[in-house]
Amino acid sequence: MTASGTDQRQQLAYVAAQAADARLNVEIETEGMTLNIGPQHPATHGTLRLVARLDGEQVVEAEPIMGYMHRGYEKLAEVRTYPQITTLINRIDWLGSFANEVPFILAAEKLMEVEAPPRAQWIRTALFELSRIANITLFLGDMAVQLGAVTPVFMAFRDREFVLNQIEAATGGRFHPNFDRIGGLKDDLPRGWIEDTKQAMEKMRNFCDEFEELVLGNEIFQARCRGIGIVPPEVGLAYGLSGANVRASGVDWDLRRDGQEALAYDQIDWRVWTHPDGDSFARYWVRLQETREATHMVDQLLDGLPPGPIMAKVPRIIKVPGGEAYAATENPLGEMGYYIVSKGDLVPFRVKIRSASFSNMSITPWLLKGVYVPDIITILASLYFILGDIDR
Amino acid sequence: MGLVASGKAPKPLTKLLNLSRKYSIWMYQWGLACCAIEMGAVIGSPRYDVMRLGVIPFPASPRQADLVVISGTVTDKMVPSILRLYEQMPDPKYVISMGSCANCGGPYWDSYSVTKGIDQIIPVDVYVPGCPPRPEALLEGIVLLQERIGNEDPAVRWKGGPIVVD
Repeated sequence: MTASGTDQRQQLAYVAAQAADARLNVEIETEGMTLNIGPQHPATHGTLRLVARLDGEQVVEAEPIMGYMHRGYEKLAEVRTYPQITTLINRIDWLGSFANEVPFILAAEKLMEVEAPPRAQWIRTALFELSRIANITLFLGDMAVQLGAVTPVFMAFRDREFVLNQIEAATGGRFHPNFDRIGGLKDDLPRGWIEDTKQAMEKMRNFCDEFEELVLGNEIFQARCRGIGIVPPEVGLAYGLSGANVRASGVDWDLRRDGQEALAYDQIDWRVWTHPDGDSFARYWVRLQETREATHMVDQLLDGLPPGPIMAKVPRIIKVPGGEAYAATENPLGEMGYYIVSKGDLVPFRVKIRSASFSNMSITPWLLKGVYVPDIITILASLYFILGDIDR
Repeated sequence: MGLVASGKAPKPLTKLLNLSRKYSIWMYQWGLACCAIEMGAVIGSPRYDVMRLGVIPFPASPRQADLVVISGTVTDKMVPSILRLYEQMPDPKYVISMGSCANCGGPYWDSYSVTKGIDQIIPVDVYVPGCPPRPEALLEGIVLLQERIGNEDPAVRWKGGPIVVD
């Protein structure tokens, strides 16, 4: 009894000493620190500001502060005519501009009950995929440069020019084509464009192969990305993620295949890439595969281009009849949709823009909780948002 | 640099000084919107390659920069940061305003949140028009700025005072 009593006392003393130690540890360890990244920082590729509360090297809480790039699109759209809005919305996601126009035009076409002729739909789809390549190429270089590898971004800028040349040759705009019209397209393709584009696609496939070895095969890159920022599929869907971010978590969902829009995706042979891991590496991997898939899609679209007109019969002055319509497509960043409410005027009554990056961004406070400081950059880079797409 | 700041530097010395300043510009990039990608092409793409003009990108801090390129849409929320950046730069400092948004508001001329022209808050040396300007246009803007630096009297710009940041 006494022996066990002594044991108990010793045990209690031991526990008390441990507790005191722990308290001491807490006292001599770190005090909280607030780390402010941005609003302009090379690692946030845009004007995102992130306020992170740190405990030592670990993030306790991180809060993204947005609005540094808010330009008031939804309000501006109320005082612009429909063709003028196309000019504006090019600049939402500035890397894949043409992809922004398509859902808006599709929504307006729904209201006007016009359908673009098949040739226009096919060219639209081809340009859509070209802008996807132009967009994701930069991501592939940019994420590497944020992890400290500078060479890939030079290569990305070099090879991106091939795609931009083709977009410029077809539309006249290197960055912001403004080529889509209600009922079709502005012009047909120029002569010789198809052959040049196929050569460019060949170059982009080489680029993808090169990056697969250079970046994905890199040991340091893998060490920085594998197991970092894991998004479970149900959490991702609950936060409204879309695009490659959920496909990297194993969700087989792609609006190009599952959507209702009248583009030419159902007439070509392609597949949706998914990855089961859901970490930063998987997001990079899925995007790289998608770029390569997009080059094959462009090739098929240009081979099977149907003849015919490129513009349906549309009045010269566009007045959209009253009603509401929503159209969404799979942008390079995820689901992008426009909800148009029209009262039969030259201008829409209200335009609601559902942009992918805003929803993709919303998961960051959850995802950044408990990670280490260098992983903040990995996670932000791999989620891939564009600030114009967040703030609008 | 008392000699230069007082404006009493002899002409050959001034010429030599300007020549060396002109071809060693440290460029701080303040990339905001679409123009930032074209500026990235100027810096990062081997097709344009700004370094052959004697411009060095990526200084570690605005305190080491000679030139800042404001590229993209400036919103009212962003203005205090830009003002602070400008105050941190040492004399002589130069500003290039790239793109219609930074010049005058551009396509957002009637927006409630966009600053219509960066020249309302800081002095601008070269305006590069376009939405976004092509990379070649930014290169021409830089060449124009170099001409201006080559011909100027350093005393006008070189106040030599300490950097004051609130």
